[in-house]
Amino acid sequence: MHVPDGFLDLPTSIATGAVAAGAVGMALQRAEREVKEAGAPLAGLTAAFVFAVQMVNFPVGPGTSGHLMGGALAAVLVGPWTAVLCLTVVLVVQGLLFADGGLTALGTNVTLIGVVTVVVGYLVAKALLGVLPRRSGSVVPAAVVGAFVSVPAAAAVFVGLYLVGGSVDIPVGSLAAAMLGWHSLIGIGEAVITGAVVGAVVATRPDLVYVARHLRPDLVLTGPDGETSVVRPDALRVERTTSRPLAVGLAVSLMVAGAVSLFASADPDGLEFVGERLGFGASAADSAVAGSPLADYGVVFVDNPLLSGALAGVAGVLVTVALGFVLTRLARGRDEPADATRV
Amino acid sequence: MSAPSIEVRGLAFAYPDGRQALYGVDLHIHRGERVALLGPNGAGKTTLVLHLNGILGTVAGGAGTGSVAVGGLALTAENLVEVRRRVGLVFQDPDDQLFMPTVADDVAFGPSNLGVSGADLDRRVHAALSAVGMVDAADRPPHHLSFGQRRRVAVATVLVMEPEILVLDEPSSNLDPASRRELADILTGLDTTLMMVTHDLPYALQLCPRAVLLDEGRVVADGATRDLLADADLMAAHRLELPYGFDPMSVPGAR
Amino acid sequence: MGGAHGDGLLVAADSPVHSLPAQCKVVALLVGVAGVVATPPRQWWAFVVYAVLVGAVVAVARVPVPTVVRRSVVEAPFVVFALLLPFIATGPRTEVLGLSLSESGLLGAWNLLAKATLGVVAAIVLAATTTPRDLLGGLDRLRMPRLLVAILGFMIRYAGVVAGDLQRMRVARESRAFRGGHLRHLRVEAAGVGSLFVRSYERGERVHQAMVARGFTGRMPALATAGASGRQWLVAGALPAVAVAVALSAWVVA
Repeated sequence: MHVPDGFLDLPTSIATGAVAAGAVGMALQRAEREVKEAGAPLAGLTAAFVFAVQMVNFPVGPGTSGHLMGGALAAVLVGPWTAVLCLTVVLVVQGLLFADGGLTALGTNVTLIGVVTVVVGYLVAKALLGVLPRRSGSVVPAAVVGAFVSVPAAAAVFVGLYLVGGSVDIPVGSLAAAMLGWHSLIGIGEAVITGAVVGAVVATRPDLVYVARHLRPDLVLTGPDGETSVVRPDALRVERTTSRPLAVGLAVSLMVAGAVSLFASADPDGLEFVGERLGFGASAADSAVAGSPLADYGVVFVDNPLLSGALAGVAGVLVTVALGFVLTRLARGRDEPADATRV
Repeated sequence: MSAPSIEVRGLAFAYPDGRQALYGVDLHIHRGERVALLGPNGAGKTTLVLHLNGILGTVAGGAGTGSVAVGGLALTAENLVEVRRRVGLVFQDPDDQLFMPTVADDVAFGPSNLGVSGADLDRRVHAALSAVGMVDAADRPPHHLSFGQRRRVAVATVLVMEPEILVLDEPSSNLDPASRRELADILTGLDTTLMMVTHDLPYALQLCPRAVLLDEGRVVADGATRDLLADADLMAAHRLELPYGFDPMSVPGAR
Repeated sequence: MGGAHGDGLLVAADSPVHSLPAQCKVVALLVGVAGVVATPPRQWWAFVVYAVLVGAVVAVARVPVPTVVRRSVVEAPFVVFALLLPFIATGPRTEVLGLSLSESGLLGAWNLLAKATLGVVAAIVLAATTTPRDLLGGLDRLRMPRLLVAILGFMIRYAGVVAGDLQRMRVARESRAFRGGHLRHLRVEAAGVGSLFVRSYERGERVHQAMVARGFTGRMPALATAGASGRQWLVAGALPAVAVAVALSAWVVA
């Protein structure tokens, strides 16, 4: 599941190592704000939780089961910085003790699974929470979409890394389409599992869910005649109407849904770099580049697989938002009165 | 009479969710005493105990009134570290208390925080482990030990700080009879002041001459353990029951 | 699996590799594998040398070969991917056993398999010769941020406890002869995982209380670890040095 040694060349691995180290460094400083005093033991216990849960086989659909990666889940439950630390620690244990994930690839794995999934999952969930009604029931769809987007986002970054430092020339267009398509499917599984677990926690202890801390749960009131009714916190009374979370969320979603086309345009950097090496006659041809049919890359970017990949991504987001609302309904259960009535 | 080890005055406390747990508790424990804290579930025993070292209470930012003093030192934000050294709290679940990679690391944790290091630290760790009979386990990870052994190591992690008073929360719970006896032997052999929260009434009678009965956040009885246990009305009024076949009056002489 | 604590991974033996301090082993491992990764795949002789080196370490460390093989299974998904490469890669193709395969794909498959396998075996040797506690101490010595080492330590310490909670939940559920459609299964499984999170969170708070009760003021104490002597560094550095030399020569020759 994790990237092994040799998948990416050494310079790229070192670069991702630096990125990972930077992200972890930032997280170490800021995680305290999320978990306040109980920092290290709480993060460690959450990491132990993620480690244990990654091995659970969840029934995701008829006849299919899947495993959880946990980046978005951790971000929603304990906050993004702490989640980065939790996932990093899990990856270190898996790499060093269980040989799952290359040692030189640790930076890559941390960047992809520990940082990208966490950050993207969190930002998307937060953005959605900015527009959904401000009550704890909104956390589930937000987490669902965040989790769904987080997986292909990491896949997109992986394809980008592969473009820079991959050891074999696979046509980038088909690699991107395959990776994004496949990981969109995995993202659905991740979304379903994340939504179900977050729903379970919100139902019992919403105060422990980081993103739900300021949200109020629905009140179940019992009238004098024994009848219960549900009062939803006023959805209209939104404290601050900032468009920023929405803008960020939109930007992130656009980035992922259209990821393939994005690095079609970002690619000139990669191409320029490589083109300089070859076209301007660098004396010693880089072994990693020698034999790579770069000419193919230039052709590939006008290819259709890109477009279909991007479209698949957008469609996937829409499907999952719909799925999220369905899941929320299910999570509420069928016996709760459907409408809010004042007591 | 010797100075009070623990002096609690008018302690009241409510949890953040509004539930009031203590309604004005007064408690004085003198040096060298061994006191059992009895009461039904939900009486506030653990809450009271967590006040003694400042985990709960106004000093921790909670909502309440009253004061706590340990060995004459008032519990305030400035004195917090010193008070925590003086009150050795042994939690109910040893797994919560043994969080370092090896037994020796766990026992060394407390003194390290107080600035002890080097040969002095090693000596104290060794002494604490000897006191509980776990020297051989020093380099083993906690999960390699049986539950009873972990309980003993948990006691050592606290003893090593040379506390004024040792407070144990349900020390005999989940122990098999042999481990229970081993722990009793260890506790009897210590000369620190002792307070024990327990449901195990025979254990309380065996180890603690004095008992305080707490119910619904208030002290309802305070006296010789034997007298409390023999008072059938008191016991019944506060949901305490003697184990099958146990007669407190039949236990050889009070200490 | 040997327990999430990782101590089940230790192959108890008395070897020079076992007695090397963890910090030396970790650095040696990283440098060695970096050399392997940097080696151009066409210089297959270099990989033969690496294989011999790694084999020698496995032998000296007295790790049984079946153990190494068994634990290498984690590599399986990438073996599959590597085997697909000759079929899906582009570029000039050659005929192998009647199949038209991409040259660069074949090279890439070899590259991936060789480097990944060497990395995996090296990591297996590390885990088999180092207790988690020594590993933590070693990482601390290597100046890994103290907070991160602490989180790592708590994770290793409690992974087994949390997994045990999960297992008990599962047993309790199975014991109630649970049956149902997949959606109900999901809800029940998720409910279990949700309550596992709550339990883990609360335990994290209690551990913090226990730490605070023993005078913790925010700075984790260092794990008492012996420093490594110059001689130990030399011993640990011998093989990685050879690997780096091989890698450099492979570059020069290429």
